[in-house]
Amino acid sequence: MPATKLKNLKDLVKEQARIAKEREAYSHVVTISSGTCGLAKGSGEFVDAMKAAVKALGLGKRVLIKSTGCHGFCDIEPVVHIAPQGIVYQKVAPENAKEILSETVLRNNVLEKLLYTDPQTGQKARLAREIPFYKSQRRLLTKANAEVDPESLPDYIANGGYQALAKAVGELDPEKVIAEVKKSRLRGRGGAGFPTGFKWEFCRRAKGDVKYVICNADEGDPGAYMDRSLLEGNPHATLEGMAIGAFAIGASEGYIYVRHEYPMAVRNIRKAVEDARAAGLLGKNILGGKFSFDVHIERGAGAFVCGEETALISSVEGKRGEPRQRPPFPAVRGLWGKPTNINNVETWSSIPVVINKGGDWFARIGTESSGGTKIFSLVGKVAHTGLVEVPIGTTLREIIYDIGGGIKGDGEFKAVQTGGPSGGCLPRSMLDLPVDYDTLAKAGSIMGSGGMIVMDESTCMVDLAKYFLNFLRDESCGKCLSCREGTDRLHEIVARICDGKGTEEDLPLLEELALVVKDASMCGLGQTAPNPVLSTLRYFRKEYEAHIKEKRCPAGVCKALIKYSIDGGKCIGCAVCAKQCPVDAISGEFKKPHAIDADRCIRCGVCVDACKPKAILVA
Amino acid sequence: MKKNKTKTTKGSEAGDPRLDRIFKSYEGRARDTVSVLQDIQDVYGYLPEDALRKASVFLGVPLPEIFGVATFYRMFRLNAPGKHTVTACVGTACHVRGVTRVVDELSRTLGVEPGQTTPDGNYSLETVACLGCCAIGPVVVKDGQYHGNVTPQGARKLVEKPARTAEVAK
Repeated sequence: MPATKLKNLKDLVKEQARIAKEREAYSHVVTISSGTCGLAKGSGEFVDAMKAAVKALGLGKRVLIKSTGCHGFCDIEPVVHIAPQGIVYQKVAPENAKEILSETVLRNNVLEKLLYTDPQTGQKARLAREIPFYKSQRRLLTKANAEVDPESLPDYIANGGYQALAKAVGELDPEKVIAEVKKSRLRGRGGAGFPTGFKWEFCRRAKGDVKYVICNADEGDPGAYMDRSLLEGNPHATLEGMAIGAFAIGASEGYIYVRHEYPMAVRNIRKAVEDARAAGLLGKNILGGKFSFDVHIERGAGAFVCGEETALISSVEGKRGEPRQRPPFPAVRGLWGKPTNINNVETWSSIPVVINKGGDWFARIGTESSGGTKIFSLVGKVAHTGLVEVPIGTTLREIIYDIGGGIKGDGEFKAVQTGGPSGGCLPRSMLDLPVDYDTLAKAGSIMGSGGMIVMDESTCMVDLAKYFLNFLRDESCGKCLSCREGTDRLHEIVARICDGKGTEEDLPLLEELALVVKDASMCGLGQTAPNPVLSTLRYFRKEYEAHIKEKRCPAGVCKALIKYSIDGGKCIGCAVCAKQCPVDAISGEFKKPHAIDADRCIRCGVCVDACKPKAILVA
Repeated sequence: MKKNKTKTTKGSEAGDPRLDRIFKSYEGRARDTVSVLQDIQDVYGYLPEDALRKASVFLGVPLPEIFGVATFYRMFRLNAPGKHTVTACVGTACHVRGVTRVVDELSRTLGVEPGQTTPDGNYSLETVACLGCCAIGPVVVKDGQYHGNVTPQGARKLVEKPARTAEVAK
């Protein structure tokens, strides 16, 4: 694309129309979801098979094959979308490629066997909107993931890309851009929920001729992956948002701090930066005007604390990622001591929508105090796992049951964990809580970056608290004593309880220590570190007590407190478990009930997975 | 996580062209420390002591500070990895879906703890906080290839030592 051609909004609209016309030559577009999850489930092989099949059938000029980012419903990957019919096929394999072309594309026949079947009603869905997982979502940001080839700038432009930047730079001034973002009531999607427009205004008003914007793509919260999906699937949207922010704040340089654990996201954002630069959408004199802005990419090196903004800045500066005292806030003194504005991927990616549709439009979608949609990663023991985008204020029940299809298998809902290691666990009684920054905080959790891990009765809440504490003591940077030693001691106590060695004094001790860690630590990591313990103590105290008083793990997880045995009535003597047992602890005559030698058993659970009649008892 | 003692290897002795190539793309400023170490690890698979000494001179950053950075971040390792790397994601979603049992099984099959390499140098067993493939957990990555919904048995099959099969073939 000639760089000189794109000078304003009109040019972009024209270019969009030109690409659309070019695409008219194709009668069909076959889109394959190829994010990291998709690839893990074989979408790469399917794309290859599809390309070979198109060639073999001589359809190269009629059918466009497109690899896109994640479509969100990771559970049914690899997913294929066929336009213009809009048909969605799930769990496709390379051998389906030919029939999809010869039947669905050429003859318009639907391949029933590849359609999604709703496990609740048994109904087959042809179109995406007929699939319950998608039906109740409001996909403002994630929609483009299923439409845009992340490696193609023309594709992004064809989807209306960079028109918001052109509008901001050409028709609005920085103050008007900030006013629009303020009106949108967009709040930081990284978890703290600070109003984005105000944050920008502070940075704009800060004294200094050099200012920076940073994109926090160090999505360290284990269990949340919306930022990975957005960067992998639609990197130009993040770049466009950053450019608009830089224009509003008065910055000419930006950094994207992206996790090295996300190799595809790193690759795609790198390519996007190069392509945007070549097209005059980044770099000197953007769109031929006065505004210049360029972006550097820094790979994170794996430190959870670097999600904290001052730690992140320290890491970009090449140092250990240790946080520092605020104020001064980065808006006043940030990167290299200059005013800096940090937002995360999802926040930046929301900006083009706000500018295109207007702040008022955006604000109407959410709640009174918080506009727009939020993406959650709905994972764990839920029937339909994937990325879910819903208006802020949607209830937990709607997300977990209407979209997620409830608990996987025949389990019972026990709790949902939100906000990652800084968040908490909410019980069944909280299911009707509208999800918002303030309501979740009041309930003892946080919205965080959007991880939503659903648990059934097979999850031990004490073990979960231990899991988070282990994570946090590992990731504590060590600067504050209260966090460094506090998380270690909290972990020690909880681990003791899991081992069946807890005493009744341990619970008040946990609560007391948790509050010290919360009050005495400097940054968000330490201040929120006790949340997983406090929230599980608040809602699941009985489970702690069972471990301590009865030396029993009700969920059957804590190894020191459980025993494996075989239900003689159910065992059919097939010996599958005996064959799989790694320590030969199971014995018995063929076709007769077997037995487990408790002294040998290492409680690895291999037999439980192997046993078809479910005869293994864990108690 | 404890890391083994640093070992120098022949490849990192003086005048390594691979190192020179890395240094060429930077101006030698302290701010590039993390990026330079990342590039060194990308090339060598770990951070050889000799390369760290040279990086310290190149960046003008004292060696203890370089060491501080190298041990602060999870991604850096000071010992050579095995021929194959098996990484289990121990994120929350994978945890809830039973990755602990997967790690235990990998650990038992390979005879090493996470963070260690088998004595024959064939496998390194690693864990990572989260790979962001939460919907298909538990996730195990072997040599860059992602595997979803891994069971303990499935994990065992992933690392069943080629040596053992070779023995059977004999």
